[in-house]
Amino acid sequence: MSSVRTEELDRLNQETIEEGNRFKVIGTRPIRPDGIDKVTGKANFGADIVLNGMLYGAIHRSPHAHALIKKIDISKALKLEGVKSIITHSDLASLKPTDKNSNVNFFDLARNVLAKDKVLYDGHAIVAVAAISQSIANKAAELIEVEYKVLKPVMDIKTAEKKSSPIIDKNIFTEGLSEPNKKPSNTAKKVEFLLGDPEKTLNEADIVLDRKYSTQTVHQGYIEPHACAASYTKDNQATIWCSSQGAFMVRAYTAKLCGLETSKIKVIPAEIGGGFGGKTTIYLEPLAVKLSQKTGRPVKLVMNRTEVMRATGPTSGGTAHVKLGTDKKGNFIAGLIELKYEAGAFAGSPVGLGCMTAFAPYNLKHVKCTGWDILVNRPKAAAYRAPGAPVAAFAVESAIDEVASILQMDPIELRLKNCATEGTTAPYGVTFDKIGHKECLEAGFKSSHYHKKLKPYQGRGIASGFWFNIGGNSSAEIMINEDGNVTVATGNPDIGGSRASMAMMAAETLGIGMENVKPIVADTESIPYSDLTGGSRVTFATGKAVVEAAMDLIAEMCRRAAKFWKVDPKQVEWTNGNAICIERKDIEPMSMKQIAKIAFKTGGAISGKANINVKKGAGPGFGVHICDVEVDPETGRVTVLRYTAIQDVGKAIHPSYVEGQLQGGAAQGIGWALNEEYVYNKEGNLMNTGFLDYRIPVASDLPMIETILVEVPNSGHPFGVRGVGETPIVPPLAAVANAVSNAIGKRMTNLPLNPIKILSEIG
Amino acid sequence: MSVNGDPVEILCETQQTLLDCLRDELYLTGTKEGCSTGDCGACSVTLNGRLVCSCLVLGVEANGCDIQTIEGIGSEESLHPLQKTFLEEAALQCGVCTPGFIVAAKALLDEKTDPSEEEIRYWLAGNLCRCTGYDKIIKAVIKAAKIMREENEQRTNRRAR
Repeated sequence: MSSVRTEELDRLNQETIEEGNRFKVIGTRPIRPDGIDKVTGKANFGADIVLNGMLYGAIHRSPHAHALIKKIDISKALKLEGVKSIITHSDLASLKPTDKNSNVNFFDLARNVLAKDKVLYDGHAIVAVAAISQSIANKAAELIEVEYKVLKPVMDIKTAEKKSSPIIDKNIFTEGLSEPNKKPSNTAKKVEFLLGDPEKTLNEADIVLDRKYSTQTVHQGYIEPHACAASYTKDNQATIWCSSQGAFMVRAYTAKLCGLETSKIKVIPAEIGGGFGGKTTIYLEPLAVKLSQKTGRPVKLVMNRTEVMRATGPTSGGTAHVKLGTDKKGNFIAGLIELKYEAGAFAGSPVGLGCMTAFAPYNLKHVKCTGWDILVNRPKAAAYRAPGAPVAAFAVESAIDEVASILQMDPIELRLKNCATEGTTAPYGVTFDKIGHKECLEAGFKSSHYHKKLKPYQGRGIASGFWFNIGGNSSAEIMINEDGNVTVATGNPDIGGSRASMAMMAAETLGIGMENVKPIVADTESIPYSDLTGGSRVTFATGKAVVEAAMDLIAEMCRRAAKFWKVDPKQVEWTNGNAICIERKDIEPMSMKQIAKIAFKTGGAISGKANINVKKGAGPGFGVHICDVEVDPETGRVTVLRYTAIQDVGKAIHPSYVEGQLQGGAAQGIGWALNEEYVYNKEGNLMNTGFLDYRIPVASDLPMIETILVEVPNSGHPFGVRGVGETPIVPPLAAVANAVSNAIGKRMTNLPLNPIKILSEIG
Repeated sequence: MSVNGDPVEILCETQQTLLDCLRDELYLTGTKEGCSTGDCGACSVTLNGRLVCSCLVLGVEANGCDIQTIEGIGSEESLHPLQKTFLEEAALQCGVCTPGFIVAAKALLDEKTDPSEEEIRYWLAGNLCRCTGYDKIIKAVIKAAKIMREENEQRTNRRAR
């Protein structure tokens, strides 16, 4: 059976690539299936859950960035009428530093959700309470008294590296050194990727650009704060309702932190109000489960914006030191980069990914990428859209822009001369299959935007970006209902329109209309395990599972038709949504509706399924962005005049939502480049904990964001899909910085490019 | 007070905001909380016809007032033009800011039938969206305004006949 399925998939794959856009559903722009709920306010997000007898939770957080906890006094809070339970770190499962897997260190995770002995950043959770109302819970959280021994905060990379600075975590010894550290350090890890002999080759270069860059801590800025509700019942089963990027991730992590077996927890995914990587971990769920376990009542925990900013997922600020060597004609000879990323208070910045992506868009034989993962007293870094790549790309793409101006070469031409193509081996060891970097650069060069004339104080910047994209574990099940319509179940939260793309791929494969398909996001007990929604993997890998489930369903429907017709199943084929008997013209084809009617007579209900682990074939994503800005020489304010995002998307299933990914990623990157940064005072308290001071782009800050979808099909997917979600945040930092630098004639190397920095440059 | 045309009576604590009252007392959870400081617009409603952030209005201040929320705009059977164009133009990704945008955009179009792109961008500058880059939202509002003008014209013509 499985070999048949693979053959059929191969055939479909071949047809797809050869026939171009001859699909009925794919490539069209239908209304998304969950759309009406979302425009009428009916969709239930994390904070919208209400349960009978529900209690409300609140969290007491640290006012210090770095301090030892000497004593926690909960007596006053406990006496408050309406308070039902209070928990601290000691209520969680007892874990050791060795409790970790390749993705997550559970010892750290447990100390992050509730501090143990020591608080490590401003806003670090210490105590959680449950009470009969939100106002009583809030009051109780205020009544918690914690005695501290305040330590000197370590707020930046420079301070963290100083030998005289306090050690944030005494369990950290720098990993990856040739000679192991004997003393604890704030540097958690060194990583290195080496190709050829870059140091020697650099000496042979005609031009060497040597430049240092820096960026600040930024937040994903999803509009929906973290929220969950949990109910623990007497039979030791827990149910969690929450918004997250992966219900199975929430289940596994919560189980570990609560000391429960995974299967005792059921996670029901709510709609998710943005994540961008920030909801690939947990903060509230184990607390809600434990509070529910203690009180015997459901408990709801919802963060406010201040809590989100102080204690959840920013991504690392960092520094980059680039050396790029070229010959006189602009051929890249050697590239070196040293990256230092803030990890926050626990090890694990995405610096390794920064190293791997830095020079990946280019064909370089001699590369060295060194990365340092450095602890500071800031919140634990969480994933943020193409984690690690934007900071590295900011540095490398800025350096390339500068080299282009030294060589007096067009910056697209310079990139075209050096861009990675099929067969190029990237510094991280992978040899690329068919990729679309060159095609994106060519599309950029051909665009009308690129040739529009600029005025004084206006500048144009271009930059490329790369992201791996991943596959992973995905499950899908397709069930035929009695009326012949199908339900497509997957285990991946729909963060930006994936229900639409799943339904479209199912409809295309089955040969039926989109209106006959209902896609659902199933809970952890209704679908087998699926990895979380991240890595730009859902349309690719879960989409592949949906196509395979549809093929499985088709095979079963053909068998049923054969049984009903009393013919050999080999004589039955599936064409345009009908089972047909090849050799008997007298037999009328049977539609899905008719097959649904004979289901019970031919063996019972009909479904198809696929549970797959896609290890290969996630086509890498490349993008090129063009940005025009105008700088006001009096105020230093930057206005983005025009912006074009170009990307190789493989095959756009629903082009509108693909464009939306490009536009959204560009907007986030523009915010990162121009406005956004965490601002701390000397004591290590976060000063901008709301959207007023942590200013993400608003509608009046941006122009329309033009998109050009380049389609170089990915041979690893039946319809040619590449992941598209993360690549678009990689180029904008440098595209904007290059534009500003070109507008004012000064190289801008430190983000964000706020008016103060710009004014000080143009004097 | 009146919510979406229905008379309602609730008891609330003095510190509860209008947003809390709508969500926690009336279970009208279409109005969202993104910041509770009036910066994100996810809680947009109209109070006596005026666009407000319901997180900045106390529940007790709404006593006797006429409140309109997303739940009062269109229905599954007959969507408001803005709801239709948001769907057609793919003006939402995660959808959590969408109710606020629709309420705010409706308040604009009720006041001004033919706003320019710039006027729309400034009117909606109090509503944050982190997913879309606003492009498709602005296009959806422009398209809805056009549909509403055409509908108005047809109505006027019919009356004239």
